Amino acid sequence: MKHNGHKTISPKAHLPKCPTGIQGLDEITGGGLPRGRPTLVCGGAGCGKTLFAAEFLVRGAAQFGEPGVFMSFEETEAELKANVASLGFDLAGLVRRKKVVLEYVRVERSEIHETGEYDLEGLFVRLNLAIDSVGARRVVLDTLEALFAGLPNEAILRAELRRLFRWLKDKGVTAVITAERGREQLTRHGLEEYVSDCVILLDHRIHDQIATRHLRVVKYRGALHGTNEFPFLIGDNGISVMPITSLGLNHKVSSDRVSTGIPRLDAMLNGRGFFRGSSILLTGTPGTGKTIISACFAQAAARRGERVLFFSFEESPNQIMRNLHSIGLRLEPLVEQGLLRFHSARPTLYGLEMHLATMFKEIAAFKPQVVIMDPITSLMVAGTDHETKGMVTRLIDYLKGGQITSLFTSLTHGGHALQQSEIAMSSLMDSWLLLQDFEGNGERNRVLYVIKARGMAHSNQVREFLISNRGVDLVDAYIGPSGVLTGASRVAQAAREKSAALTSQQEAARRKRELVRKRATLEQQIASLRSEYETEEVELRRLDEQAGTQTRLLTAERTELARLRQADATVTTRTNSKSRLKGKR
Amino acid sequence: MKAKKNGSSTKAFEKALATRSSGKYILRLYVAGATDRSCQAILRARQLCETELNGNYKLEVIDVYQQPILARDGQIVATPTLVKELPRPVRRFIGDLANTTRLFVGLDLHTKTKIKL
Repeated sequence: MKHNGHKTISPKAHLPKCPTGIQGLDEITGGGLPRGRPTLVCGGAGCGKTLFAAEFLVRGAAQFGEPGVFMSFEETEAELKANVASLGFDLAGLVRRKKVVLEYVRVERSEIHETGEYDLEGLFVRLNLAIDSVGARRVVLDTLEALFAGLPNEAILRAELRRLFRWLKDKGVTAVITAERGREQLTRHGLEEYVSDCVILLDHRIHDQIATRHLRVVKYRGALHGTNEFPFLIGDNGISVMPITSLGLNHKVSSDRVSTGIPRLDAMLNGRGFFRGSSILLTGTPGTGKTIISACFAQAAARRGERVLFFSFEESPNQIMRNLHSIGLRLEPLVEQGLLRFHSARPTLYGLEMHLATMFKEIAAFKPQVVIMDPITSLMVAGTDHETKGMVTRLIDYLKGGQITSLFTSLTHGGHALQQSEIAMSSLMDSWLLLQDFEGNGERNRVLYVIKARGMAHSNQVREFLISNRGVDLVDAYIGPSGVLTGASRVAQAAREKSAALTSQQEAARRKRELVRKRATLEQQIASLRSEYETEEVELRRLDEQAGTQTRLLTAERTELARLRQADATVTTRTNSKSRLKGKR
Repeated sequence: MKAKKNGSSTKAFEKALATRSSGKYILRLYVAGATDRSCQAILRARQLCETELNGNYKLEVIDVYQQPILARDGQIVATPTLVKELPRPVRRFIGDLANTTRLFVGLDLHTKTKIKL
């Protein structure tokens, strides 16, 4: 909030400005209220006019060295001190140190009788005395309209007020004049006619039973100013105005990664988890385990020694911790070590702006590295979707500026399109996990997808998300012909596959055995064939030998015969015997 | 018994009424400088005291320019203002005291004396 985007509004300061010190207001007005001139602050009952004036004065005296006079027409000195003390302003101390004068002007209608012409010189004298007693540079008149109620002659009063404002200008004091909001005019008695340099309108509107305060600079003569209506709130340290279009988009980024606390989820996110300082959205229907994932993330961060701030809008810290016992997650030691802090508040407790301011304050005080909001959708009841988005944007900007990793859970209502209600927010987020219920076979099972994870290669696979008394685990979901199988059907499918595997294993063994047997048979056959062949071979050899012997005998006989006949046909006979042998083989 | 009680309270009331205005009037007149209006107011106040209060009064005239602290202490807003400090209740008459009817009503003088001036 220190670096707002309204710097452009104060180019050349033609008009001297008087800083209010009110957070955000000086940015909107480009440096503060017009110095040495009166400013009219108007608004309905209870919208913080007196407080605005008091803060202007107190900060002027304490921070800018400008003493002031608070002239009150409604509250006594003691009441005023007590009222602003509750907002952390030490008005009493400033009065003691002569930095501020409180002047209570009592105008009691019942005591007053008008008996002729008069003027307000008494008031001027008193104001002058008060200003001179501390050398005041700032004056508050709260609220002048009490004079209209107390003094009967309006004509005189108007003339005197005109003179008063002229006199204040001549005095050179920067004045804040508060006035009640009128029905058709800015103020009930038309004070804006006299105070025309700067008019600030405060408004307290109720939307869906939730009140939000708004501030608008209606008029600022001689200077550019933010013309929008800005929400503001009254916190423990006064007013803070929050320009919606604050902060630019120029935060530093880290390439550091932080674990989600669930190893398989880390694996889905490129093996290393989220980027440090990124914003993570976790959406899911009721009962899908959003809080559990948040708690795992918180635990992992706290175990790394980081500080974690857990905002819960639905459950009390004790309830969250008790419920997490059921999955074996014990956060109490981390809370005791001061690493984990819970902040629980009902969303309807106050308006969005107040929630935002409370968060900023808690974050500034605790300086966490991780912030968890569970669930952010609860805040939607405190404002419209548009306002919630604006708030979340500012929150994310703030967190990113501080390199704080943030996890937002968001409840999706059953029956809605899955990604509908988050459309307002998802574009702001760096990573988006979707938890979903899967119904089938008479049971509901949780599955988790990583829908987006900017800047990392993330898994596109659906995982079944299991919550057991040992914690959280992710398992692969079976993808069957009828879609994703989870829970019992996943187990059944696993069993089926196991039995199928067993059957095929047995089949393989059987075939192997058969093969062995076949081989044995075959070998047997081979052996018998071989023996048959061998027998035949032996027979053949015998026959051959027999034939050889016969041939030899025949040849010998022929030779003998030829010798006896004195013939010379030796060669032919030999050849014939050889070819005959061949044919036989 | 009831009648008796009523009678006694009525008597007490009458007694109180009789003694009330016998107390001394303490009046303060705050003016701002020696303007015509201031002078008028002072004159009229003095005249009133002389004629109507039979010397049973104390009138103090204060110039808020001279003594601004008294203006603060006296919770003065308008000038001139004539403050009737005593008898109670405190009443403030703002203006130059030209409207005597209001003044007499405010000072509870209408019951006792005739209005003249």
